[in-house]
Amino acid sequence: MTGNMHLGVEEPIRECQYNQICTHNSSPMNTPHTKKRKSKRKWQVFPGRNRFYCNGRIMMAKQTGVFYLTMVLILVTSGLFFAFDCPFLASNLTPAIPAIGGVLFVFVMGMLLRASFSDPGVLPRATPEEAADIERQIDATNGPSGPGYRPPPRTREVLINGQTVKLKYCFTCKIFRPPRASHCSLCDNCVERFDHHCPWVGNCVGRRNYRFFYLFILSLSFLTLFIFAFVITHVILRSNRTGFLSALRDSPASVLEVVVCFFSVWSIVGLSGFHTYLISSNQTTNEDIKGSWSSKRGKGNYNPYSYGNFITNCCAALCGPLPPSLIDRRGFVLPDTPQPAAQTNGTGACPPNQVQSHMAATNPLLHSQPIILGGGPTLQAKSSLGGPCSTLSPSQPSLPSSIPGLSCGGELLALRDSEIHCHHHLHHQHFISPEETPSPPTALPCATHLGHHVHPAQLFNPVSQDSLHEDSVRGLVKLSSV
Amino acid sequence: MISAPRTATDRTKLPYCHESFHNLQELRHSASLANKVFIQRDYTDGTICKFQTKFPSELDSRIERTLFEDTVKTLNNYYAEAEKIGGQSYLEGCLACLTVYLIFLCIETRYEKVLKKISRYIQEQNEKIYAPRGLLITDPLERGMRVIEISVYEDRGSSGSSSGSSTTSSSGR
Repeated sequence: MTGNMHLGVEEPIRECQYNQICTHNSSPMNTPHTKKRKSKRKWQVFPGRNRFYCNGRIMMAKQTGVFYLTMVLILVTSGLFFAFDCPFLASNLTPAIPAIGGVLFVFVMGMLLRASFSDPGVLPRATPEEAADIERQIDATNGPSGPGYRPPPRTREVLINGQTVKLKYCFTCKIFRPPRASHCSLCDNCVERFDHHCPWVGNCVGRRNYRFFYLFILSLSFLTLFIFAFVITHVILRSNRTGFLSALRDSPASVLEVVVCFFSVWSIVGLSGFHTYLISSNQTTNEDIKGSWSSKRGKGNYNPYSYGNFITNCCAALCGPLPPSLIDRRGFVLPDTPQPAAQTNGTGACPPNQVQSHMAATNPLLHSQPIILGGGPTLQAKSSLGGPCSTLSPSQPSLPSSIPGLSCGGELLALRDSEIHCHHHLHHQHFISPEETPSPPTALPCATHLGHHVHPAQLFNPVSQDSLHEDSVRGLVKLSSV
Repeated sequence: MISAPRTATDRTKLPYCHESFHNLQELRHSASLANKVFIQRDYTDGTICKFQTKFPSELDSRIERTLFEDTVKTLNNYYAEAEKIGGQSYLEGCLACLTVYLIFLCIETRYEKVLKKISRYIQEQNEKIYAPRGLLITDPLERGMRVIEISVYEDRGSSGSSSGSSTTSSSGR
């Protein structure tokens, strides 16, 4: 089975064991997948609205036009600086100027590409069994619902460091979102520690790429100020010799650079300052906008995630461990009978031919999680809240012709051309993507979901399972009936 | 890479197979999946990865409480070690930042190393403790770190369980 071929198994013992189970699994059932020799990779059947490049190594949002604008602006301005201003400055002042500029530029590009291309911390959608289990738990608590009864929004309350935090149920992903996670309606994914969806970076900013995003805007502020300062210096030095107007005529690029930098510097430096504040108080943009931990909400309201002092918060955000991607984009899809994902609720049935797939699925080494095809209905973004960065002027996008560590520049070049023709609107402000199920409007769009709700547990004996699960639901977690 | 043997006789000739392999294989042959138990996350300490140690009642008759709790506690300790913020993680973070994060192309992060340890531990637990009792633990990484999924198998041979698979697929009661 092709799924085994990419295993990086360390010991032959494991390989022999689990290979056996897997080979048995690939019995010649006539599923539609087996007529293709090649298995699909998981990114090809990914349910969210992301784009993948380089065979799954690169992951971006669907609309990437503004990202290319960012690249063009950065590359053009820096290019002009190095080409026209640096020779003069290097010879008249010091060659350290282009050197420092070069280092800053490389750092900015590296961080931008890293922020744009990595998985922000997407939570994979629930398997059918998990979804069924959660449905049962919710039903057990809410009790039977008669016709016309609109069940309350699904939330759970958890006590975290003394603060009560509500966990919301995501109807698209069929999971209770962990604290600080949020569903991005643009990408149609739940993202851990969701900060915001950044069109300039062409991706969501979440747990796994927040530090890259922050370092990007911080280094970009320095680069912008650096270029601005030294272009002004260049023009002044020239005008001392030849007069102001002829200086401008001699280096026309400087004018363009000054204009771009001048308009960028306010927004980028402002944004860096804002995110420095967020990092030092360990909040996300999402939480800050909503005022989740603001003292205005109540006397006892405080941020339960903060470490207390701003140094620890900064270190934790920037130098903390980098968690791995949970979605395994480059793994192979098992040619199993695909479960009709969340629509047919509760039918996490396990017919006998599923045993093999479950055996394989329990193998930690195989990354053979059955793929849930067909996500739930997607709720469109209702409104985008402009943060304090609505006056962001573009930073400089351009073609990533040299991508550190990746050898797929060619592919990107080809894709870029089609990309530019595809996008049709530019976003000029950061999106704080609204959560999918804020409490009041939840009922309406969700009524349709619940209309399809098939009654409890085809999978398990509902009578005994309900009482069993009630026990497990008590304790630290209590279902709130709002 | 050893190519997977395709017949039972071939399998017995493999040099590294040992007895516990047969438990898992026999489990699959002789058992049908009856139930899946999900151990949810415990968020009381924040967003760190930690699972509830509460013993689910479905496993009451299948495994001793202490064994189960030991497994979950050990897993929690591993995850705490992976996510620990301290000297080593700072060093790793600073070094990575200085190299524009290119260093992660060459070396593994601490988190990834611990995840491999966890994977080995789970496999070992499956072989030694859970499979003989007709249970299998799925690595939480396969489930987005949301749950520990424990698959409960019934023996086809034992009474009432041949209807196990049919009850799982039959519609509501």
